[in-house]
Amino acid sequence: MCKYYPLITSLVLLLAAPFSYADENYEIKTVTTGIYYHQGVHQDPTEANMGAIANVGFIVGDNCVAVIDSGGSYLEGTYLRKAIKQHTSLPICYVINTHVHPDHLLGNAAFKQDKPIFVGHAKLPAALAAREGTFARVFKERLGSAYDGSEFIPPTLTVTTGQPVDIDLGNRILTLTAYSTSHTDHDLSVLDKNTNTFWTGDLLFMGRIPALDGSINGWLATMEQLQQQDFAFVVPGHGNASSDQWQQGLAKQHHYFTLLRDQIRIILDDLGTISQASKQVGITEQNSWELFELYHRRNITASFVELEWE
Amino acid sequence: MFNRILTLLIASLSLSLISLSAQAVTPAEPLWPTLKEVYFGDKPIREDASDLLVIEAPKRAEDAAIVPITVKSLVPQTADKYIKHIHLIIDNNPEPYSANFELSPDLGLINISTRMRVDQYTFVRAVAEMNDGSLHMVERFVKASGGCSAPAGKDAAAALARLGKMQIRMRKPVIGQEVQAQVIVSHPNYNGLQFDQKSRLYIDAHYVKKITISYNDKMLMSVDTGISVSEDPSIRFTFTPTEAGELKAEVVDTKEQHFSQQKAIK
Repeated sequence: MCKYYPLITSLVLLLAAPFSYADENYEIKTVTTGIYYHQGVHQDPTEANMGAIANVGFIVGDNCVAVIDSGGSYLEGTYLRKAIKQHTSLPICYVINTHVHPDHLLGNAAFKQDKPIFVGHAKLPAALAAREGTFARVFKERLGSAYDGSEFIPPTLTVTTGQPVDIDLGNRILTLTAYSTSHTDHDLSVLDKNTNTFWTGDLLFMGRIPALDGSINGWLATMEQLQQQDFAFVVPGHGNASSDQWQQGLAKQHHYFTLLRDQIRIILDDLGTISQASKQVGITEQNSWELFELYHRRNITASFVELEWE
Repeated sequence: MFNRILTLLIASLSLSLISLSAQAVTPAEPLWPTLKEVYFGDKPIREDASDLLVIEAPKRAEDAAIVPITVKSLVPQTADKYIKHIHLIIDNNPEPYSANFELSPDLGLINISTRMRVDQYTFVRAVAEMNDGSLHMVERFVKASGGCSAPAGKDAAAALARLGKMQIRMRKPVIGQEVQAQVIVSHPNYNGLQFDQKSRLYIDAHYVKKITISYNDKMLMSVDTGISVSEDPSIRFTFTPTEAGELKAEVVDTKEQHFSQQKAIK
């Protein structure tokens, strides 16, 4: 699948953490041995932040590199690629997209020249088909010149729920797991077996408010599964990667959606409306999250129309 | 009547072609003057008819796939003078003509809510057509939502799995008293604008086209619905049951599938 290149250990490079590239100010942080990420800012995507609002990064094996989420714009994709190239001469063999949202996937085209295998959930192609038109129009407008060159590239390797797939980067196995509807209907996580590092995609938001684009019940169930796990490091979709903060992050996110669900159920039982729920539900949470105003009411709307069918 | 529907159909078809090609950017020129001519010809429309109608919509579409829109009348329906149709128009949607509510004179004060897809800055308009044919309009401006919001559904498989499932929800009704009810049908409401990357073809439109609500077989409202209507179409309305009977909702989609649900009121 990947060309074989001589072994180059990445250990030497580990020492400088975090490191950045002076010309770009695009900071790359080390999670643990061979695992690096750029931490997105807690903002809405703009031309000024080039859509670099989500955590994106890469894992280096003995043979090749896997990119996990490619950036929020073509421009961010080129920065990430440059960072990888400065870091290692190994080829990029996989670009893994954790889900459809543009902040995680618009950088795909920057890696086309590497001829990687693009990887996603089996339902990612359908999600792309349904949203590509809107995303292209909206993000071209929002990201300005940072968008130029962006493409919606569907996966060539897909992963089905219940059937995890292992890929080998050379003495480094990554387990890719597809989920039933949670944050979206096509979330994919990455587990690095060597270091027990878990890359959640947007199954976990830390710091900024989570955005529901799937199923509140499904996502809560997935969070409960993840709470049973014992990972050494976790890279969330947004916020700090850590060995010791993610448990609290998961508990906080679980609390937020449990509160929403409980309060919406009460309103539904009384034949209340979405507008009413938008005004009443979860307001105690407003100081707990960044970007609360931008996504909270949307989470209520999305939860409401799901819970209506319970 | 049939001619008018045909004209509307042709008009909205040609418009959707225009707006499909122009869809890439939020139109700089207001579309309304063109839309008005296409949908209502040279009939005059009284604007700012806020003595007759109220339209409520969020200032910002929190979720592009589900934007609640409410239309209320301020003058009760009477047999002599009543709102016969409410046309709902969302200027910058791919198909602006979004719904046509045909209303019974028995409905009292109109209070209707539904949910629409709104994915860019747009005016949302309610045009009331009285039984004398006169037209009266109110409008609201809705800003597009941010981030990853898209008009597509969130869980296509779940929506398809429960396709056609219906609910009539209401508080305990009392004969002679106004009651609020909600008719909701599970349907993915594919709008035909979704591109399949594998086949390089658009996924066929498949959506609810008509919802008829009646009480004891007498029509309360009959709604022609288009592709702007959200997944799992919902209509909330108020009416007054004057005697015991059966509230019935019937739904037809573009594949001529029929679904219905009823609820007894004692």
